[in-house]
Amino acid sequence: MDIHEYQGKALLARYGVAIPKGNFADSAKQAIERAHEIGGGKWVVKAQIHSGARGKAGGIKVVSSEAELAQAAESLLGKRLVTVQTGPAGKLVSRLYIEAATDIAKEYYLSYVIDRKSERSMVVASAAGGMDIEEVAAKQPESIIRLSVDPGMGLQPFQARGIAVKLGFPAEQIGKAAELMVAAYKAFVDLDATMIEINPMVADTAGKVMALDVKASFDDNAMFRHSDIAELRDKSQEDPRETHASDQGLAYVGLDGRIGCIINGAGLAMATLDMIKLAGGEPANFLDIGGGASPERVAKSFRAVLQDPKVETILVNIFAGINRCDWVAEGVIKAIEEVGIPVPLVVRLEGTNQEQGLAILKGAKHPIITASTLGEAADKAVAAWKEFTKENVKATA
Amino acid sequence: MSVLLDKSTRVLVQGITGRIGTFHATDMIAQGTTVVGGVTPGKGGTTHLGLPVFNTVREAVKETGATASIVFVPGGAAADSIMEAADAGLALCVCITDGLPTQDMIRVKQFIRQQPAGKRMRMVGPNGAGVITPGEAMMGIMPGHIYLPGRVGIVARSGTLSYEAGSQMRLHGIGVSTSVGIGGDPVNGSSHKDILELFEADPATDAVVLIGEIGGPQEVEAAEYIRTTMKKPVVAYIAGLSAPKGRKMGHAGAIISAVGESAHEKAEALRVAGATIAPTPSDIGATMAKVLKKAA
Repeated sequence: MDIHEYQGKALLARYGVAIPKGNFADSAKQAIERAHEIGGGKWVVKAQIHSGARGKAGGIKVVSSEAELAQAAESLLGKRLVTVQTGPAGKLVSRLYIEAATDIAKEYYLSYVIDRKSERSMVVASAAGGMDIEEVAAKQPESIIRLSVDPGMGLQPFQARGIAVKLGFPAEQIGKAAELMVAAYKAFVDLDATMIEINPMVADTAGKVMALDVKASFDDNAMFRHSDIAELRDKSQEDPRETHASDQGLAYVGLDGRIGCIINGAGLAMATLDMIKLAGGEPANFLDIGGGASPERVAKSFRAVLQDPKVETILVNIFAGINRCDWVAEGVIKAIEEVGIPVPLVVRLEGTNQEQGLAILKGAKHPIITASTLGEAADKAVAAWKEFTKENVKATA
Repeated sequence: MSVLLDKSTRVLVQGITGRIGTFHATDMIAQGTTVVGGVTPGKGGTTHLGLPVFNTVREAVKETGATASIVFVPGGAAADSIMEAADAGLALCVCITDGLPTQDMIRVKQFIRQQPAGKRMRMVGPNGAGVITPGEAMMGIMPGHIYLPGRVGIVARSGTLSYEAGSQMRLHGIGVSTSVGIGGDPVNGSSHKDILELFEADPATDAVVLIGEIGGPQEVEAAEYIRTTMKKPVVAYIAGLSAPKGRKMGHAGAIISAVGESAHEKAEALRVAGATIAPTPSDIGATMAKVLKKAA
């Protein structure tokens, strides 16, 4: 789960990470009030969307008067901001963060991730701050410092000072930089984050070391013990198809193709998308119904897939271990009767209670194309989709 | 004996009295597994499915002589159960549960690594299908009837894709020595390479199917092992050709976040290392049939 910059900063500040003075606003009027509270004569207006690279997309504006501030706020609020990370649809700006402008002396890169090789939390740092880390990794790989942290010990101050020295912090700032690094590490582990990126971490001209931008993602599996973070979820930043599916407890990822997919198991789902592609089609989504899926759950999956108006064929592919083919088949019938399926439907059922499942499908009031293997299912789905679109073209011609 | 598990392995079920634990313990017993008891804190002294239930794994080991356990405890408490199993001196712990926080698994791995070599518990999972030695025993949730007993090992992140492999091979008359589901989480108990090492050393296994997916370094690590050490033939398939970068595809671990983690890159590393790549997920059985014919 992702959160906004202003939320990430508030969380890190709780652990003692220094941040510039700031607060969030959802109107131009409130933005001006915030600027008054912050004081000074120069502020930064930052669009709050779940994406990096906001600066290049015009989502961050430096202003030095109330009039400029109001204008910046109005130009951003209600707009969809398109960055290199959001895709062409962009993301809606409904909140702003108003912050005191910082006189930057030097920028650094700092992040915390799960390192799957060492199976530990890892600190990643570089003196090339403010740049996209992938660009840094490609251009100056030697400038990246990595430290995997002993989970029993946590990040020790001497280790953090070592990183600060390598980053080239001047002597009088090393202690402050180390303090920030240790505090952010504590937050990373305590809050079950999967990624915290502070880019840039800066030293200002007065020698203060601060987090100037914060991007954070959290482990969905750990949200049960962080209800305060779970509440920070902002559905306006998500693909509406995915919000609908996740509200129903379904693992769904929206894609750009036309063939809707209902599958059990993440691996089989990925493999089915691969097969559709190899057969000449494009999947509209990834959807894993999970284990032990009830007929209701299967019917809900159909609703989630049909939320997407681009869907022109549906493929159901089930290899039942802890699932039951008869329950899935009942779900298919339920979907036909209650949801209505306006497109061709291909179903493959294998595994537990396969015979019962296939018998149930025979009673359906909607034509069902059945397949017995994964390859056949993908081929039939693509063929049905091609046939369907051909007919549609004829009908509209 | 095939790997990890056979008929004589004495198995405990942690979380045996729960709905899911009950369901799968029943199936494991039906498939021939020697289940000797269960552990549910607070229910010690009772009997469930005709088996004794204990409060702690230590008590259960002392009373039953168990050497292995399978965990059906919910995600928030599962890490604790795995560490309890390690502390009690078990040789093998299989965790089926999904939804374990990654930081919990990091602690579990640290705990296991601190055990002395030779006494270190082997862990498989979490968020996986478990282990099955067809015709002998199962510590897992697989549909046992889809496998023929035989001499090909399977190691897979995905449960359902390991079923595909087992079922496709059956249609070609090829049987399975042991199938191991290592699970879809970013930090897991055993890696692809860990299980390949077991199959390489196992006299009852002639060849191995490896099923990987996008995300993480384990398939490339396995490729390195195949290139430098492994003698037995390997057929490999990597799921997620069509997965976009940075999107999590169901499994918490199935996300491309670094160079070398896409399906193409992983398949290429395995091919260069000497594995035979199944061109599609529906060709795993046929590809293995060809490889075995060539080896014969």
